[in-house]
Amino acid sequence: MSLNIIVLAKQVPDTRNVGKDAMKEDGTINRAALPAIFNPEDLNALEQALRLKDKNPGSTVTILTMGLPRAAEVIREAIYRGADAGIVLTDRALGGADTLATSYSLAQAVKKFGKCDIILGGRQAIDGDTAQVGPQIAEKLGIPQVTYAEEILDLNNGHVTVKRRLENGVETVKAPLPCVVTVNGSAAECRPRNARRVMKYKYAVSPSEKEKLSDDLKKIVDERPYLQLAEWGAAYVDADPEQIGLAGSPTKVKNVENVVFTAKENLCFAGNDDSALENLIKELITNHTIG
Amino acid sequence: MANFYTDNPALKHHLHHPLMRKIVELKERNFTDAVKFDYAPFNYEDAMDNYEKVLEIVGDLCGGLIADNAEGVDHQGASCADGRAIYADGTVENLEACRKAGLMGMSMPRRYGGLNFPITPYIMAADIVSRADTGFENLWGLQDCAETLYEFGNEEQRQKYIPRVCDGETMSMDLTEPDAGSDLQSVMLKATQKEDGTWVLNGVKRFITNGDSDIHLVLARSEDGTKDGRGLSMFIYDKRNGGVSVRRIENKMGIKGSPTCELVYKNAPAELCGSRRMGLIKYVMALMNGARLGIAAQSVGVSEIAYREALAYAKERKQFGKAIIEFPAVAELIAVMKAKLDASRTLLYETARYVDLYKVYEDIARERKLSDEERAEMKRYSRLADALTPLAKGLTSEYCNQNAYDCIQVHGGSGFMKDYACERVYRDARITSIYEGTTQLQVVAAIRHVGAGTYRSLMDMYAATDFKAELRPLAENLKALTAIYEEAAAAVAATGSTEYNDFMARRLVEMAGNIIMSYLLLTDANTDDMFTASAHIYNKIANAEVAKHAEFIRNFKPEQLEYYKA
Repeated sequence: MSLNIIVLAKQVPDTRNVGKDAMKEDGTINRAALPAIFNPEDLNALEQALRLKDKNPGSTVTILTMGLPRAAEVIREAIYRGADAGIVLTDRALGGADTLATSYSLAQAVKKFGKCDIILGGRQAIDGDTAQVGPQIAEKLGIPQVTYAEEILDLNNGHVTVKRRLENGVETVKAPLPCVVTVNGSAAECRPRNARRVMKYKYAVSPSEKEKLSDDLKKIVDERPYLQLAEWGAAYVDADPEQIGLAGSPTKVKNVENVVFTAKENLCFAGNDDSALENLIKELITNHTIG
Repeated sequence: MANFYTDNPALKHHLHHPLMRKIVELKERNFTDAVKFDYAPFNYEDAMDNYEKVLEIVGDLCGGLIADNAEGVDHQGASCADGRAIYADGTVENLEACRKAGLMGMSMPRRYGGLNFPITPYIMAADIVSRADTGFENLWGLQDCAETLYEFGNEEQRQKYIPRVCDGETMSMDLTEPDAGSDLQSVMLKATQKEDGTWVLNGVKRFITNGDSDIHLVLARSEDGTKDGRGLSMFIYDKRNGGVSVRRIENKMGIKGSPTCELVYKNAPAELCGSRRMGLIKYVMALMNGARLGIAAQSVGVSEIAYREALAYAKERKQFGKAIIEFPAVAELIAVMKAKLDASRTLLYETARYVDLYKVYEDIARERKLSDEERAEMKRYSRLADALTPLAKGLTSEYCNQNAYDCIQVHGGSGFMKDYACERVYRDARITSIYEGTTQLQVVAAIRHVGAGTYRSLMDMYAATDFKAELRPLAENLKALTAIYEEAAAAVAATGSTEYNDFMARRLVEMAGNIIMSYLLLTDANTDDMFTASAHIYNKIANAEVAKHAEFIRNFKPEQLEYYKA
């Protein structure tokens, strides 16, 4: 059975290695100081998609990303690891979107894409940590959603069986297709880039990137259709101008503060017996350090 | 997460050597594959970009997964059950990742599913893999057995086996036996031809690295009643056919993730590879030369990890109120490690380029007749590769052992504990100067190039370089060392005693190696300042070493050899 799989991916600033100059004085992210990377949990989602493809020969994995034109980098990265194609959803009108406007825009792109059996994405992006976009897309498309997925166990007869990683354990659920599955960071790591694919696809570009290439490379891109990445704008996906970008974003950032965590008090649990240890653990659970 | 390619600018420097253009243009036959294969380069820059991008994949895997798994693999080791060798869990993960990344069969032609990489970038990948996990480099690096299969197998065998290697099946070379180690002429494993013309193998092999591989190249006695190397042929054994079991695996000091197997052949079906009687004389010699270059790369990887571990510890460890690297005695240890590392690496890639050049001409000769000029070039590069391969294997393996020793020394008492990577590095290093021919045997292969003037011709070629002013005094010094080396070689030869010549051989080969590596470091420093310190330091080492050996030879009377006899 061949599947049409969409993987939602986002190019994000690498907030895992934050230095002194990561934030500007006005409290916004200094994107120049942070390298742009493939959102880590989207890579976990990609691996689940590629495993579905391995098990179902003839399936296609398409990456859908919204952002600046350079987000095409994310598509190339995914193709190097085994994805088949990609779409960059980019438009000035889409800029400044919150999760509501973003999920609307992406849902419109999915509708434009047409037949799709399953949509996978990371649980959340490391630049916002909202975990809202995937679920909102499912709502807007009117299809089921499975969040916190750790592994897709089975896909058969129009249903997908998914293992979810929850706070206190795991849960296995079954959902009818099509549906949205958001994947947790605890899922299998994404496979590496493949040497042959890197050599084959390294010149894959979106139309706006192609403009900047030398004439020789432009010719190569023209000759080889697999090097042409799709670039869609707001109008192309029939997006309502009122629901996208800043206009479609009810969320307004009032202020950003730099919060430094400091311990207010010290507690000591003395003793060599189990009860001291037990009290320590109870305290850590109560103040939400663990658990 | 570290990337072991991009965090090491020396690699890029060696990859972009001026000779690479010639190598790549010949290897790619002027880029004619570009119309047949969608991943083939269309010009030199595109090819170099491909090598870099693939080495980045290697560097990423090595700096992450493979380096992270190294300690666990060392602790768990390989094991043996039910006649099979079982890899450590981390090894299984590493192999799977390398398969998915398409890093197998790297140097094989594209028509068999390979990447058609020259030897130089392939060897660079081996250098990087060894830094991450020295034992894993063996399993991954045995893919170069496919090179021998490609060179000497028939077309049917190439089509049958090489695509499987490119898909990730592993290989082994089954040469050693209990009574045939360094002396492979004594191999006894029996190959019997049946009435239908097919062959079966019977007997025992020992110390076989990755002996439970998918595809084996086996040295066996096909000619009944013979006793020497001329009765040996090479065979291909396919594990899918069965007939070979693993009796036990060795409990080794290091490279514990790489299973070293004792194999029992019971009527194991096998295919003759190439011509009968040429097994040892021609094919295994070719196989060993490739493997020796691989061990040189493995040794450089060991030197790299040893140097980095020592440097990191010396910067972090504080005594008497300051980091220990600020003490001259420790700083010297580290600077000398770096100089030996840089010297080893530059010799490795010089050798790899010559191997590339003669092999590519050999390969072109399979397609068409070479011009006289091309044939002359092939001969020249073949001779240089033949001279530099044992030199590189011998010296880089000795240096990586010295660096592993000094790495522990920098760590002090902590280095003697199991808590730091340096103790594993020390154990892993030890085999490099032993397998694929001990250093003593590398000297046997190298010494004829002292007499024949091959090393001297290289020294003269390097001396003609237009060095920048700062480096000229060092080059002048090397000219003086060359004269000392020549004088010592002439004095040894003049005695006419084979025994005395054998006794002094290692000294002469080391002198040649010291001078050549020092020259190569000067050429590196001539174009990149990152090598300047090592060029200076190694020049001093070469100076002292050459003087030491010359002095030994000058003061030695042939009759004093008696004292050395047991």
